[in-house]
Amino acid sequence: MTSFFKATVAATALALGASAVSAAEITYVSGAVGNAVEDFKKIVAPWEAKTGHTVTLVPMPASTTDQFGQYRLWLAAGNGDIDLYQTDVIWAPQLADHFVDLSATAGELMKSHFPSIVESQTVDGKLVALPLFTDAPALYYRKDLLEKHGASVPTTWEELTATAKAVQDAERAAGNNDIWGFVWQGNAYEGLTCDALEWVKSSGGGQIVEPDGSISINNAKAAAALELAATWPGSISPEGVLAYQEEEARGVWQTGNAVFMRNWPYAYGLGNGSDSSVAGKFGVTTLPTGQGHDTSAATLGGWNVAVSKYGDNQEAAIDLAMYLADAEAQKTRSIIASNLPTIVSLYEDADIAREQPIIPQWKDVFLQAVPRPSAPTREKYNEVSTLFFSAVHSVISGNAKAADALAGLEDDLDDLLN
Amino acid sequence: MSSDKSTNASPTAGKTLNLEQQRVRAAYMFLAPMLIMLLIVAAWPLFRSISFSFTDATANTIFNGQSEWIGFDNYVEKKIRSNGTIRWKGVLVDGDWWNAVWNTVRFSIVSVALETILGLLVALVLNAEFKGRGLVRAAVLIPWAIPTIVSARMWGWMLNDQFGIINEIMLTFHLIDKPIAWTASSDTAMIAVLMVDVWKTTPFMALLILAGLQMIPRDMYESARIDGIHPLRVFWRVTLPLLRPAILVAVIFRALDALRIFDLIYLLTPQSDSTITMSVLSYRELQQFGDYGEGSAMSTLLFLIITGFVLLYIKLGRVDLSGEKS
Amino acid sequence: MPTTPFWRFMFYAGVFAIVIIAVFPFYYAIMTSFETGTAIFKPNILPEMFSWQNYEQVTGQRAFGSSILNSVFIASTTVFFALLLAVTASYALARVRFRGRSLLLMTILGVSMFPQIAVLSGLYELVNFLGIYNRPWALVMSYTIFTLPFTVWVLTTFMRELPTEIEEAAIVDGATPWVIITKVFLPLLWPALVTTGLLAFIGAWNEFLFALTFTISEDMRTVPVAIALLSGASVQEIPWGPIMAASVIVTVPLIILVLIFQRKIVAGLTAGGVKG
Repeated sequence: MTSFFKATVAATALALGASAVSAAEITYVSGAVGNAVEDFKKIVAPWEAKTGHTVTLVPMPASTTDQFGQYRLWLAAGNGDIDLYQTDVIWAPQLADHFVDLSATAGELMKSHFPSIVESQTVDGKLVALPLFTDAPALYYRKDLLEKHGASVPTTWEELTATAKAVQDAERAAGNNDIWGFVWQGNAYEGLTCDALEWVKSSGGGQIVEPDGSISINNAKAAAALELAATWPGSISPEGVLAYQEEEARGVWQTGNAVFMRNWPYAYGLGNGSDSSVAGKFGVTTLPTGQGHDTSAATLGGWNVAVSKYGDNQEAAIDLAMYLADAEAQKTRSIIASNLPTIVSLYEDADIAREQPIIPQWKDVFLQAVPRPSAPTREKYNEVSTLFFSAVHSVISGNAKAADALAGLEDDLDDLLN
Repeated sequence: MSSDKSTNASPTAGKTLNLEQQRVRAAYMFLAPMLIMLLIVAAWPLFRSISFSFTDATANTIFNGQSEWIGFDNYVEKKIRSNGTIRWKGVLVDGDWWNAVWNTVRFSIVSVALETILGLLVALVLNAEFKGRGLVRAAVLIPWAIPTIVSARMWGWMLNDQFGIINEIMLTFHLIDKPIAWTASSDTAMIAVLMVDVWKTTPFMALLILAGLQMIPRDMYESARIDGIHPLRVFWRVTLPLLRPAILVAVIFRALDALRIFDLIYLLTPQSDSTITMSVLSYRELQQFGDYGEGSAMSTLLFLIITGFVLLYIKLGRVDLSGEKS
Repeated sequence: MPTTPFWRFMFYAGVFAIVIIAVFPFYYAIMTSFETGTAIFKPNILPEMFSWQNYEQVTGQRAFGSSILNSVFIASTTVFFALLLAVTASYALARVRFRGRSLLLMTILGVSMFPQIAVLSGLYELVNFLGIYNRPWALVMSYTIFTLPFTVWVLTTFMRELPTEIEEAAIVDGATPWVIITKVFLPLLWPALVTTGLLAFIGAWNEFLFALTFTISEDMRTVPVAIALLSGASVQEIPWGPIMAASVIVTVPLIILVLIFQRKIVAGLTAGGVKG
């Protein structure tokens, strides 16, 4: 089907003679999640109509590791087949050398986006990708259980620990034996970097590696935050939480067996689904803070679009990228796919609020979002993250003391980055 | 034809010599296509991998020739930090690496042993004649046939500590009193991997050994039965020795796969210290960190370790490579 | 086949246990494939709900059908070439004496001693160089090479066990090596051929990493990649139901294949080949 389509386009282009030069075919590669392919067609339709170019989507499997490995291989080989790459928030900085610098073209447009997101895609002053939609986790809580036991929604990690324990024990005493206080993602993977970064940053412990490149992780506040988290497995979280990723946590939550959950927005809609045991019984709020610190921190996820240096149609590709990052495309995407936009003003938009009520609820979460240190560490980010989550995993599984683990981590990071 | 044979000896002798040479020549011709294919397709990537291990190549520089030769630095290197302390870097002095080696070797020995014994038992069962044998054969092959991604996910699901069916069954039969976090806890994670691997791979061993059993001539059993020899003795004295080549080949290839195990560890466990294997470490360096120098050094070391094991096995098992004895 | 009633019972009990252990996880997967939503997260042995939704989602998936066709073509072609090259090579290695035979066997084995990921970039270069990127031939070539050591070794081992008398008789009758292979040995090697063929087929069928790397357009993908392309509504959601449905769809042809060919495994040496 695609080749037939290509052939028709080529034939038409040839037939049109001189005007054929302007009708370009842009190839866009992205993970194909859910209805992504159909939604994508709807989002680019206005642009295609306006410019006369066509856009072809190349779908990739949902696994982000697979996608990243493949993109890096293509870019290293200078593959010209793909014009635009849809990149996870941590990728573009790692592949910065292969992407076109968009800071001049998009400078004005970026002013309307969340600053933390723009910061995450800027490497040494070079803007390597434009934000498309974003993602950040929140604290899910069981309204009904908190009400039943007279507890309020916690605003600090210490409060969360106490409330979770109290409600969990009370529920178990009443016969509900399967219930746990708090489920999150404790597996040794990228997701743990996200969870732990939140604990550390919201307790005033810094961002692992600061935007200027300095290694800040080895401090007392960070250690205290990790020590607190280490008390959770076995007391308010199941032991198995040390192998949980997002789906496992959602599984426990959605069958009604958790009082609190830390998870991404995708779990919201699913939790209110017709077969969920917690439909209508929960609410969301920003993640807690720790040790008296005042701002919460939610790790930035989300996706961006980067322009390849090796594609044949750079001008048209850049134009498409600018269109996708702008308000019109983002609004369409929010409404049909319930993706969260990166443009601040869209959170006040009446249409979006009506169609996807979850979106305005997440605005505060984004205002206090923190990016992972992929921009300051560039192509070494994956290794930095692995060192970090390995250290954290050893602390939360009780195999190491936080202070020792962080000191060792600082040494390892120093060796790696300097 | 027979008149040719009855003529004098010398022409026949000359014919046999030519025949031997002819056979050797034919052998080379038969081997050539396969060897050429191997050379073109396998030699290049393997060569590249080994040569990367002596450079500082990263994922970004593997194709553009910008990587530099650094000798053995990926294997072992002495670095002096800014504050004067000496630090040894490199795969050969990396604690994580040797931990992975130990994990892999331990896993391989246990899994190959279990799979061989169980495979042998299953093969013996499948070798017998009974109604529904064909269906049982097909059923037994199912674990091997399911894609690894799927079976790893499936078992991960079944072993989940909260809603996994394995814990559910064990709790119902009072084998345990509270759910086990199979894949999370470092004590049980390796056991979980072993369980899944044995489930998945025993059919492979069983099938190969079955093929070996099927090739043993039936009249051996006939004559043994007529002579009234006890079945167990027949097994030890007759069947097992005849099966030896098949078992040895199955074990070699199973061991090769076990030493390179990747999918199960990657998909089923949190890849923490207790379960990480050499392949997973190498994959991490290559795919995730993009460090082709160090990752290739790990692959090369993995290759050398495997070679060591295979040579040891051939020596100890007195595997007959040249086929002289048969 | 045991004769006393007690041992017969034990025997059948053993068969039963083997089948249950082998099949239960698959049964569980089948059951899950008929469940949707939260029911998946509940551990239950007997099915609680029944819905075709997952199967509809899978078969409605773009290009799932073509991925099955691709896989069938690639796996069959791989098996054909692997067996062809291996049979001829193993005859040479098993029945003909020449210098360097052991070394050659070891070198062939050496190909199987590298982890898949290590050869990926080199193979990618090669595939690009030969111009077969995004074509089934890239995969056929890769799989054949990495299946060859296994097929060569197994066939060599089994061929060695074949009695020399028949071969000598054939040589005396003036048969060329090619005739010996095809008319004399091949019929006797059925068990080994079918076994290696089946195992090679399944290996090629289930391979993921090379299939992902060497194909880019949807109509060129194979089954494991198509399964990986199945997704939930968002990045974090894993669509258990559809994945289980897909694995059922994908495993059933393999089982049918085994049922068809397993009769050939039984062939065995009949006395006729040796006597006389």
